[in-house]
Amino acid sequence: MRSSRRHKSATLRVIPLKWPVLFFLCIAILALSAAPAERHLSVYSTAANYSVPLERLDGRDYVGLFELLDPLGTVSVRSDPPRWRIHYNNVLAEFVVGKSRARIQGRDADLTGRFLLDSGRGLVPVDSLSSILTRFLGGPATLHEASGRLFIGSIATHFTATVSPSDPSRLIFHFTAPVNPSVATEPGKLHLTFRHEPVTAPASPRLTFNSKSISSAEYSEGDGAAEITVSSAIPLIANFSPDGRTITLSPAKSQMAANSAQTSIPAPGHAPEPATPSAATLPTETRPVQPATQPSLPPVASIPRKYFAVVDASHGGLDHGEALSPTLAEKDVTVAIARRLRQELESRGISTLVLRDSDANLSLDDRAFYANNTHAAVYIALHAASNGQGVRLYTAMLPYAMGDDQGPFRLWGDAQSPAIPLSRATAVSVASELKKLQVPVRTLTAPLRPLNNVLTAAIAVEVAPPASDVSALTAPDYQQLIAGAVANGIVDIRSQLGAVP
Amino acid sequence: MIPRHFYIAASVMLAAVLGMTIYAWRMRGRVAATPATSSDTRPVVAPVSGPTEQVTLFVAYDDLGILRPQAARIPLPSVRQQRAEELLRALIALYLDKTSPHPIPVGSDIRSVYLVDPGLAVIDINAAFADGHRSGVLSEELTVASLLQTLSANIPGILKAKILVEGQPRETLAGHVDLSGFFDVTAVHQLTSELETQQ
Repeated sequence: MRSSRRHKSATLRVIPLKWPVLFFLCIAILALSAAPAERHLSVYSTAANYSVPLERLDGRDYVGLFELLDPLGTVSVRSDPPRWRIHYNNVLAEFVVGKSRARIQGRDADLTGRFLLDSGRGLVPVDSLSSILTRFLGGPATLHEASGRLFIGSIATHFTATVSPSDPSRLIFHFTAPVNPSVATEPGKLHLTFRHEPVTAPASPRLTFNSKSISSAEYSEGDGAAEITVSSAIPLIANFSPDGRTITLSPAKSQMAANSAQTSIPAPGHAPEPATPSAATLPTETRPVQPATQPSLPPVASIPRKYFAVVDASHGGLDHGEALSPTLAEKDVTVAIARRLRQELESRGISTLVLRDSDANLSLDDRAFYANNTHAAVYIALHAASNGQGVRLYTAMLPYAMGDDQGPFRLWGDAQSPAIPLSRATAVSVASELKKLQVPVRTLTAPLRPLNNVLTAAIAVEVAPPASDVSALTAPDYQQLIAGAVANGIVDIRSQLGAVP
Repeated sequence: MIPRHFYIAASVMLAAVLGMTIYAWRMRGRVAATPATSSDTRPVVAPVSGPTEQVTLFVAYDDLGILRPQAARIPLPSVRQQRAEELLRALIALYLDKTSPHPIPVGSDIRSVYLVDPGLAVIDINAAFADGHRSGVLSEELTVASLLQTLSANIPGILKAKILVEGQPRETLAGHVDLSGFFDVTAVHQLTSELETQQ
């Protein structure tokens, strides 16, 4: 009784403090809302994905060079105004405050604006990053300036979106790497926002679907993030596969039915087929609004292959391939066709890795290494040519055998040897699909690396224009026609390819 | 007092210097007017004379993307290695012609062909051939198949072949066809039969 009275009096004493607290809270909220929102640059690299703050100075965006490079390697800075030196791994650079010319590794580098120093922090204009980072990192750095996204090296996560053939009210996204977007909904729309993943645009930013429930999906970038907005006539719910690569959007009311579906385990030796309707029956994690940080269900089976198909856009970087015209290099055509082929293969349920998805330079040995290391079922190298018409399909012409395989080790030069029959069958299957579309096609052998170094079925596709006009090689319709036929050919022989471990 | 004969000697020497200068100046002008050696397409070695023999050249046709055997009569020396060189030079001459069905760069030549027993042929082409060759899988493959099939069809006993550029190994001919390994002549025969048809 005594204690309850004491408690009551304490409560009474606290009540008068409520109004001052609320007053200060309102002031704080007003002050925070008046302050400009802090902007960031999202950085994606193989070492780390992170963001660094942007500063608006002199009418342009600036970023701290130390903060930018620190997660990527060993960085030390020495500030001796007006000079500012930064040492990144083995690269030494010197900047002068107020100057737009710097020296990196003893060579001049021009900035798009003046170098600034703020409390010992060296600030460089954001739009200079593509050029100066290339000097620091020795590789490409691609800046999406408008959206505040920086891609270091050949890093990108691509996606495909297909409506389930068995249930047109379900939309399946397949990503080339695990993703963990935030999900938000509003009437008629569902937003997937990727802040930490290097998700990049599909061939067309707007994808339309032949579905009454889900009409389109639109890709956009902004504020250091990528966003996919799905327009639908019904409320949708997002289901995430355990490996984080597949997101299935389905009507909210059918969720219970989806969860009760049978678990499908891929047979040994068969590749996972995450984008197929059957893959939608894999155990999924449901995320109505906010995603969890980790998938809640463990993998159901060990997966022998990461990808069923490896698509290799030949050439790249300094290796331009054939100069198809004064302004068109083979390397640009091959990468465009590779992206379309991936879209076509994945829309048919074939998980696909594109080896070169930027203007990177990959050696032939590296290409073979990656193809072998992924244990893919089929390797498809893409070439383009100005002479002739239609498509030439090549399988490996093996070099003269200079020795025998030693135990479990195979000779690098004729590693393809056991897979030759399957490679030829693949070429025949693809040729058959091309012929159906009246595309002139030839199947040949060729001493063309890295076909002979690949352990699995391997073909090279050399695309020539449909007539004499070389510019047709860049025509979306023609590229799509070829990519679709090649994908159909792979699908036709999928069971044969998948049976080989 | 300077002796008179010294004046005469000095005058003669001055005249000689003047004359040599004029001569050198004129010679320099003639050299400048001579075409550069790199564009000289004349054969490096003396043409072979003597009786001709019938050979089969495997000729590439770019327009159809095929290889066709073509009979030709060319003078061939008796030494096996020189025969191989002349054979390929005849093929190169055909490709360098204005009406060539498979144009190759001006100045292309076969430097040497080495026949090493047992069964190895090494074809050494010059830099102009490889550096200026048209890039593309089929274009390069037609060239390589044409050279190898022509050689193996006319010089018996070749089992494998290697192509060098200026005496050095090279990765590819013009970015596509692999020159780093040894070509298996049996595989070349198979390739030739594929290239003989348009399918």
